[in-house]
Amino acid sequence: MTKPLLKVRHLDVSVYDRKNNETKIVDDISFDVQPGKVIALIGESGSGKTTISLGCMGYTRPGCYLTKGSVELDGVNVLDLSVPQLQELRGRDITYVAQSAAASFNSAMRIDAQVTEIPVITGSMTRKDALDKAVKLYKSLELPDPENIGKRYPHQVSGGQLQRLMAAMAMISDPRLLILDEPTTALDVTTQIEVLYSFKKLISDNNTAAIYVTHDLSLVAQIADHILVLKDGQMVEYGDTEQIISNPSHEYTKALMAAANVMPDDIHAPSIISAEAPPIIEVKSVSAAYSNSDAKNVLEDINLKINAGETLGIIGESGSGKTTLGRLISGLMSAKSGHVLLNGQPLNPHVQQRSLDELRQIQFVFQMADVALNPRQRINKILGRPMMFYRGLSKSEATKEVARLLERVELPTDFAWRFPPELSGGQRQRVNLARALAAEPKIIICDEITSALDTVVAQQILDLLENLQDEFGLSYMFITHDIATVAKIAERIAVMRLGRIVSQGTVRDVLTPPCHDYTQLLLNSIPEMRTDWLDEAIVERRALVKALNA
Amino acid sequence: MTPETHPSQTWFGRWRATMSEMTFSAAICLGFLIIVFIIGIFAPWIAPYDEAQILTNDSFMPPSAEMWLGSDYLGRDVLSRLIYGIRITLFLALTISCLSFLSGVGLGFLAAVSGGRIDSWMSRFNDAMLSFPSLMLALIVINSLGSSFTVLIFTIALIDLTRVYRVSRALAVNVMVMDYVEAAVVRGEKKWWIIFHEVLPNTLIPLAAEFGIRFTYTILFISALSFLGLGVQPPQSDLGVMVKENMQALLYGEYTTLYPAIMIALIAVSMNIFVDWLLLQSSTKLPDEV
Repeated sequence: MTKPLLKVRHLDVSVYDRKNNETKIVDDISFDVQPGKVIALIGESGSGKTTISLGCMGYTRPGCYLTKGSVELDGVNVLDLSVPQLQELRGRDITYVAQSAAASFNSAMRIDAQVTEIPVITGSMTRKDALDKAVKLYKSLELPDPENIGKRYPHQVSGGQLQRLMAAMAMISDPRLLILDEPTTALDVTTQIEVLYSFKKLISDNNTAAIYVTHDLSLVAQIADHILVLKDGQMVEYGDTEQIISNPSHEYTKALMAAANVMPDDIHAPSIISAEAPPIIEVKSVSAAYSNSDAKNVLEDINLKINAGETLGIIGESGSGKTTLGRLISGLMSAKSGHVLLNGQPLNPHVQQRSLDELRQIQFVFQMADVALNPRQRINKILGRPMMFYRGLSKSEATKEVARLLERVELPTDFAWRFPPELSGGQRQRVNLARALAAEPKIIICDEITSALDTVVAQQILDLLENLQDEFGLSYMFITHDIATVAKIAERIAVMRLGRIVSQGTVRDVLTPPCHDYTQLLLNSIPEMRTDWLDEAIVERRALVKALNA
Repeated sequence: MTPETHPSQTWFGRWRATMSEMTFSAAICLGFLIIVFIIGIFAPWIAPYDEAQILTNDSFMPPSAEMWLGSDYLGRDVLSRLIYGIRITLFLALTISCLSFLSGVGLGFLAAVSGGRIDSWMSRFNDAMLSFPSLMLALIVINSLGSSFTVLIFTIALIDLTRVYRVSRALAVNVMVMDYVEAAVVRGEKKWWIIFHEVLPNTLIPLAAEFGIRFTYTILFISALSFLGLGVQPPQSDLGVMVKENMQALLYGEYTTLYPAIMIALIAVSMNIFVDWLLLQSSTKLPDEV
């Protein structure tokens, strides 16, 4: 056994409230990182994974304190170093790739200047050497046009490219330890595996040690050698990747495995549709643009039907027009041509021209519950208002109904008197969903409602959606970029690309090969829970992308 | 616990929750402001003498048992004039601030909610108004219309309105793009409901802070106008007039003029510390991860 590069021993991180009460957010964590190996820290939000990775650089976020333990990098305790020594260490020996590259680049500087900044200002390389090195890194990260991409500004490259450029920034000074904090979470599914593949290649080419922070177990299986599972700041399980994914011993790891983003084994049978009843929603040859003068259509000749009690999954990556379609049905946007029918009756294009009853039947659930709920309204008001507005209940009747509704979405009834910021992300998403239910709708348009949640919490929301469907006979239009999620919940799916529906039908018909190239590309992007998947997937992906662009 | 009796539902419960988090300096400033307001309201009963009554032939008498702060340049009681001065200054400042806020916030929110061309026209007109130096504008209007309380109030309120409009429009525009406003739109809510239930609660605390700052500026502005002889006319006086009247005495080593000056400073500083605390409250209570 070689000497570990990084030795973390009994690390504690605490926060203190106003009355000086200590709360441990990281509790007695120990692990080793061997040179050239990747360790994954995995857990849901609030499990302390980012805090630990920052702690490895001797850094804590404001208000947190490293109270105990040691972090030894090659025999030197990082926690004993002074700030100037730490500054020297960070960016040279330990580098960090943040979750959102878009937020981490300065949009007013060229990419080259930012990638080469650290070696140049620390004087370890001349500007010219650093630039040559950067081009080499761009090449090995398989960025397009490696000679010139660095001369662009951050907004001139795509999100996936920017994330790779950030990895180049981290690798330029040949660090001994690379920390990757959810580097692919903000990316499209189809881009995600390209980026993951570049990271994997980069790490093995340079024989760098790395800490990979994520909440997605299926991703980790592709890149990590060891996995450390965290919950509430405590270590739950620690072991080899093979061992953890094939034979998890702890309950929590099993829950993570169950909720991981892989294709479900059984899919829903298509619902039996009676011929007489018109579909709840029918979209007939709709095209739309952002303004009437705009020649470029964001939606092009869309036709689809949603029947009573059925879930239609709309899937596509960002920019495919799937959210726009949802907004159009709910009346936030009007169509250029074609129309939307509700129960066989044509709907007015704009919200303000629709009747109260039409509005009530179609409810929209927004993606981000933290901005979709007014932070200054109590849950009671948020949920009570639709009841009073659509159903004409009095204030006291609504209060009683709110309690019932909260129970229905599995929240305590005294949450009615809380404000949204006092709830966790999953609880807020439940309230967000309950607001739509409060109107007693026929159909709920769910816009990426699980994509901002941890996998375990997302699974709970999906279960809740299914229960509600069984109970109230609701229809859902489930908009998502994640084909695995949609396969779990939908009976029929429509695949969208560049504003068009490229494929539509029952889940089995659409997803069983041979399918449309684009559907195949999406299918190909779902990580499988085995360690050799990535290398196979990347080959297939490149062939598909070529075929699509041809 | 039944929903009807939840502490956060009652005014008193919320008030108590806020007060328990008050800092020492903010509490002192709030206390001082309350006392000053009480003095202003009950001035005729509190002041020992009439503000205009000449009590002695000696100017600038030192403090004594009869006249706690001595006499001014005409031999009037400084303490009484100070108390009446507070009354008039606060009355003017409060009326002007309320007027400018009601109209400014109303117009600002209207522009933000309407958007498009209405918003552009209103905002460009407001920018044109803002480009006048405020003191010059006030001098021109008051000089041509003559100085009276009514003219004074409406002129300064109009000048303040332009500032309040800017701030409230900017605040409302920020709120209008949030998903919860869109959720209300898609529910079919009317404009007024969105303004009162979605926009206003989310802008109330920054607006309250702006109110505090505007209120202070108004006191200073009235004092400046009075100092120039265009504000409150003798024998009535506000704090600014008192500073002006007794200023020459500084040359002879008499400090009478400092009493009203200190009063202006204390009110301004207290208001600002209190408002700072209010702002801090609003920022700590907002969700920080959004």
